[in-house]
Amino acid sequence: MSAHDTALGDAGAHDHDEDEELPHSTFSGYMTGFVLAVALTALPFWIVMGSVFHRSGVTAAAILLIGAVQIVVHMIYFLHMDGKVQGGWSLLALIFTIVLVAIALSGSIWVMYHLNENMMPGMMQPMHNPP
Amino acid sequence: MSDTTAPNPPPLTGPGAGPFSGDGRSNGQAAGPLQFLVRTAHHSPNGTLLGFWLYLMSDCLVFACLFAAYGVLGRRYADGPTGAEVFELPLVALNTSLLLLSSITYGFAMLEMQKRRPRALLGWLAVTGLLGAAFIGVELHEFAGLIHDGAGPWRSAFLSSFFALVGTHGLHVTCGIIWIITMMTQVGKYGLNAANRRRLVCLSMFWHFLDVVWIGVFTFVYLMGVLP
Repeated sequence: MSAHDTALGDAGAHDHDEDEELPHSTFSGYMTGFVLAVALTALPFWIVMGSVFHRSGVTAAAILLIGAVQIVVHMIYFLHMDGKVQGGWSLLALIFTIVLVAIALSGSIWVMYHLNENMMPGMMQPMHNPP
Repeated sequence: MSDTTAPNPPPLTGPGAGPFSGDGRSNGQAAGPLQFLVRTAHHSPNGTLLGFWLYLMSDCLVFACLFAAYGVLGRRYADGPTGAEVFELPLVALNTSLLLLSSITYGFAMLEMQKRRPRALLGWLAVTGLLGAAFIGVELHEFAGLIHDGAGPWRSAFLSSFFALVGTHGLHVTCGIIWIITMMTQVGKYGLNAANRRRLVCLSMFWHFLDVVWIGVFTFVYLMGVLP
């Protein structure tokens, strides 16, 4: 905490008091993020358009994993997210939102899957047993 | 910590009264350790950015609900066209490249803002806005093609949820472009003052956040949509 305060004080010393509240961006940070983002974008498109994997389940798992990694890359290098921004409140809000998003997504899909399986047998194809 | 020195100044009735008696305690300078209650800010100094981040998180929940709707309805074709039939991945790859490029050009604009070069900043903002406009153009072309082929949002639950999700993202990008034009006008008129710099940082968060959402869209909707 004290280290954070002195860092702010140093920034204000030579730059008057205007920019001390804004995050500092660097060229190397943006370029690192951009190169990683391009690679992580090209990879899933290549996997799908080139039909690299024969089983679609493997393909889906791979591109979802790559997408999650790319979101983390964007968060760190473009949105400058780490535990120190705003004294950690931004990260806390982000984690809270991720929890809510996970509940909304997994809950919706889980509930609707069970509705389809258990309540509308006449409208569905014969039950397929999961392997 | 304050309890050890609290008995010295009689006017302070208790440690709890400290933060709200800022003006009236100029005579209480002797109580040195109590100053921590007023000298250091007890909240984050950049409240605007935190508030804008909270807005983005609420926006994230909007998109989460649209993603959940697409996850539930995305394979309900109603005998209509499937994702593998209507999605053109080369077009999506072009779109993704445009948005990714606009992200790095906005980053360059932020770097110029730090160097206090308004003209270069305006140039990069213009490039960012044009890339965003090209993104919207490609997306509208795709939507028009789908509707022309009879695959509009009324055709099936899959297409309804698809148009709702991708259309909402496109609407956000459109608002971002309007905001970019606004900021270009502001910077051109008033220069890089503190308020404009704060707004540009907020816009940067907004723009990069849209790119993050687009990662979810092209992964979850387009790439997984064409899988058998």
